[in-house]
Amino acid sequence: MNYIGEHLLPGQIGHFFAVLSLVASLLATIAFFKASRLNSPLEQQPWMKLARWAHGFVTISILAMFGILYYIISNHLFEYKYAYTHSDRSLQAEYLLSCFWEGQEGSFMLWSFWNCLLGWMVIRTAGKWEAGVMSVLSFTQVTLATMILGVYFFDVKVGSGPFVLLRNEMDAPIFSRPEYLSFIKDGTGLNTLLQNYWMVIHPPILFLGFASTVVPFAYAIAGLMGKDHEWTKPALPWASFSAAALGLGIMMGAAWAYESLSFGGYWAWDPVENASLVPWLTLVAGLHTNLVYKNSGYSLRPTYFFYIISFILILYSTFLTRSGVLGDTSVHAFTDLGMNTQLLLFLLVFLIPSLVLFFIRYKSIPSIVKEENTNSREFWMFIGSLILFLAGAVIIAKTSTPVWNKLFGTNIAPPEDPEFAYNQIQVFVAILIGMLTAVTQYFKYKDTPKAHFRKILVPTVIALAISLAISFFGHISYDKKGIGFLGAIHVAIFAAVYAIVANSAYLWLGLKGKLKAAGATVAHIGFGMVLLGILISSAKKTVLSWNTTGVSPLRVEEGGKPNPAGNPAENLTLFKGVATDMGRYMVTYVKDTTNPLDRKRYFEIDFTSKAGNDHFRLYPDVIKNNKGMEGFAANPAARHYWDKDIFVYITSFQENRSADTVTFKNREVKVHDTLFYGNGMMILNKVSVNPKEKKHLYADDETSLFLDMTVISKEGRFYTANPGIALKGQELRTITDTVLSQSLILKFNKVIDQASGKLEIGVKETGNITDLLTLKVYEFPMINILWLGIVVMVVGLIMSIVQRVKKTGGKNTAAV
Amino acid sequence: MKTTHIIILVLIAASIAVLVQYSGDLTTYETIASAREKEGKHVNLIAKIDKGHPIEYDAAKNPNYLSFTAVDTLGNSIKVVYHDAKPTDMEKSERLVLKGAVKDGYFDCKNILLKCPSKYKDDPNAMKNQLQTSN
Repeated sequence: MNYIGEHLLPGQIGHFFAVLSLVASLLATIAFFKASRLNSPLEQQPWMKLARWAHGFVTISILAMFGILYYIISNHLFEYKYAYTHSDRSLQAEYLLSCFWEGQEGSFMLWSFWNCLLGWMVIRTAGKWEAGVMSVLSFTQVTLATMILGVYFFDVKVGSGPFVLLRNEMDAPIFSRPEYLSFIKDGTGLNTLLQNYWMVIHPPILFLGFASTVVPFAYAIAGLMGKDHEWTKPALPWASFSAAALGLGIMMGAAWAYESLSFGGYWAWDPVENASLVPWLTLVAGLHTNLVYKNSGYSLRPTYFFYIISFILILYSTFLTRSGVLGDTSVHAFTDLGMNTQLLLFLLVFLIPSLVLFFIRYKSIPSIVKEENTNSREFWMFIGSLILFLAGAVIIAKTSTPVWNKLFGTNIAPPEDPEFAYNQIQVFVAILIGMLTAVTQYFKYKDTPKAHFRKILVPTVIALAISLAISFFGHISYDKKGIGFLGAIHVAIFAAVYAIVANSAYLWLGLKGKLKAAGATVAHIGFGMVLLGILISSAKKTVLSWNTTGVSPLRVEEGGKPNPAGNPAENLTLFKGVATDMGRYMVTYVKDTTNPLDRKRYFEIDFTSKAGNDHFRLYPDVIKNNKGMEGFAANPAARHYWDKDIFVYITSFQENRSADTVTFKNREVKVHDTLFYGNGMMILNKVSVNPKEKKHLYADDETSLFLDMTVISKEGRFYTANPGIALKGQELRTITDTVLSQSLILKFNKVIDQASGKLEIGVKETGNITDLLTLKVYEFPMINILWLGIVVMVVGLIMSIVQRVKKTGGKNTAAV
Repeated sequence: MKTTHIIILVLIAASIAVLVQYSGDLTTYETIASAREKEGKHVNLIAKIDKGHPIEYDAAKNPNYLSFTAVDTLGNSIKVVYHDAKPTDMEKSERLVLKGAVKDGYFDCKNILLKCPSKYKDDPNAMKNQLQTSN
């Protein structure tokens, strides 16, 4: 059949490049490997030349695929499945790139792209290590290329191609018609949660982090194969780079979660988060043992192990997040594309050979028999690395329960409070690591003279003073989990402060202000700040929207039974235009506006502090879900102070757009009479003439009558209502009063009989008289320390990369 | 034995102890019938919303009270009470994971996990439906 309106050429070209990238990377792998087995540079030369050319073709292929996919998405060619499922016409141009990482295919392309680019960096800098490292890196490229191949080999689908056509992938009656494209007006769109600026920047950085772990891994493998352990020098800046990129990528994800996901925080120990944190921990462990080896000759074996396992863990995390195995335990994983076997193979093809090679070579890896001196820096660095590794092992073991279920058919689920299950352990890891971060720099390699320890005295005292001040005056009273955990938090805060203070002091005491050599120290200061920020912001996170208003009388719900302690009651209802009491603030839902550009609906929430010293407006928004889903996704908004964030998001909203058809019912009433309405009753207490407290409602030349009424709802809440009339000559004006939360409007119509005191009032009960919304408001104190800490840490790592490249870079390139 | 080895063993023992302790905290996935038998115990229920019963949520009265009826694959149903705001796309979700415990005949829910938005997007059935409706 000839289909009308299809653009088949871009897809064909794209598919060609997908196949080319596979062939070229295979060629590169073989050629680099061949070269790495040869000894003389003269023999190597032709193979190297071939391999580099092949790598060049891989790079061109990947770039071409990127360009073509971008063309398909930006031109809305919905005959392609990728464009149909991941974009739509209304998508803002700045999010077009985000479509690449919504799908598995696009994110594998991103990984390939970084892999290629890192390859060129290796070719430029690795010198004699180029062939060995590049053969591993090119082999990674081969496996990545199969992921996006989308070709059938004997009925087995290999990879999922980004250039497949919608009509080939799905069975629907419309595809039997040649003009089917004219029915597909729009794609299903980019997931609304991904339409956030963090989502433009976070995945590229994270994937750079993922991709970069292959370099230390490749150096280690090349070292094992050639039985040459000198690679530890050139690998060091790569490990630092990897730690920086991966760490930054993970924390950008945390920032995205904080700003755009409404689970009320930046970290939830979600399997997807854990799976990328654990390789970071092992990589940092490897970085430290690598330094130990360089300076003391110890810890070479652990260095091999940590670098190998870090990359394996990256592959494992890829398997976890993309195979659908996480299922019910994660809120954000990719969908299963039916590539589980291939993903598992992807993991095993690296896991088995690398570990086998490691164990075969284990004995031949040099290690010093004499034990490290406990007074030496290398001893404590090794202990720290070990703790990082074991902390990671515990986290990944916990995260893997779904895998366990799959393997053994068990039926286990996360604990009742999964976050606490992690926190209660990791707080002790934070204590140990914080302390080690603080003191280890004060040790010297090999042995530390006793007199040297005096240097650490002053920073210890300062840190103790600061952390005691925080403990006593900081009101850290996270008592939800018992006194033991609270105690651990206080100790951990000391450890974090100690890490910051001791390392800052080391800049002068140890390094005498030589900033060039200060990379590690600066990174450690940043790490301490990250710890401190996490500890304080989580332990002191307070719910501001704690529901104490009349709208939701918790103490009388559920048949008058008291609300069991610990039940969340964090949602506060706001009625449009009505100031509501919320702790230190009066909050008002002022209005809402829809922005046609980003299709978000912004709610203007006015905060006025009762003390009168603060006033601001926040604009949390909701965006209509796409992809055939009903409902809205909420994006939080936050007011940033130097020492805290006020964080707010909409949990639900109702609007009253229906015409107001309900009319007033007139009732006769006398003072002290009781009237009933749908949800309770009301009593007329008294009538007052020109009451002073209602002065603002009538003019000076008017005579006014106001009723003083008490409305009592079924739930037992009391409200006052004061409907009135104002008289000027013959002109009568009614002043209605509204009990918003009861959807009740009261109107004082007239005096029927003055002598007997008979009055007429109008009562109107509507379904909803006003728009309302519910929201949650949190306060995160000191969260800026966390974000600043990340920046400081990354800066420190970059400083140490620069320093090392300056030291070693020249020598290696000269060797070519 | 070297100090390092002792420390390594102690730390590994500590990690194992932590995992053993964790395994004690683990919960299970249950059906409604088996959850009723384990009244008061924290369980994970995989269920759907019973569309035959109304979803009770009125933010004007109480924004922290949601009640609906859940039904599992075996056809049993139970009233669920959740003391928080109604998740926005709840009605459309095909499956819910409810965390909580049975209490006085109803399910006192602490946490609701919807089938995540990013998981629907490649769901062939959902997409097919959309293609047919756009037809």
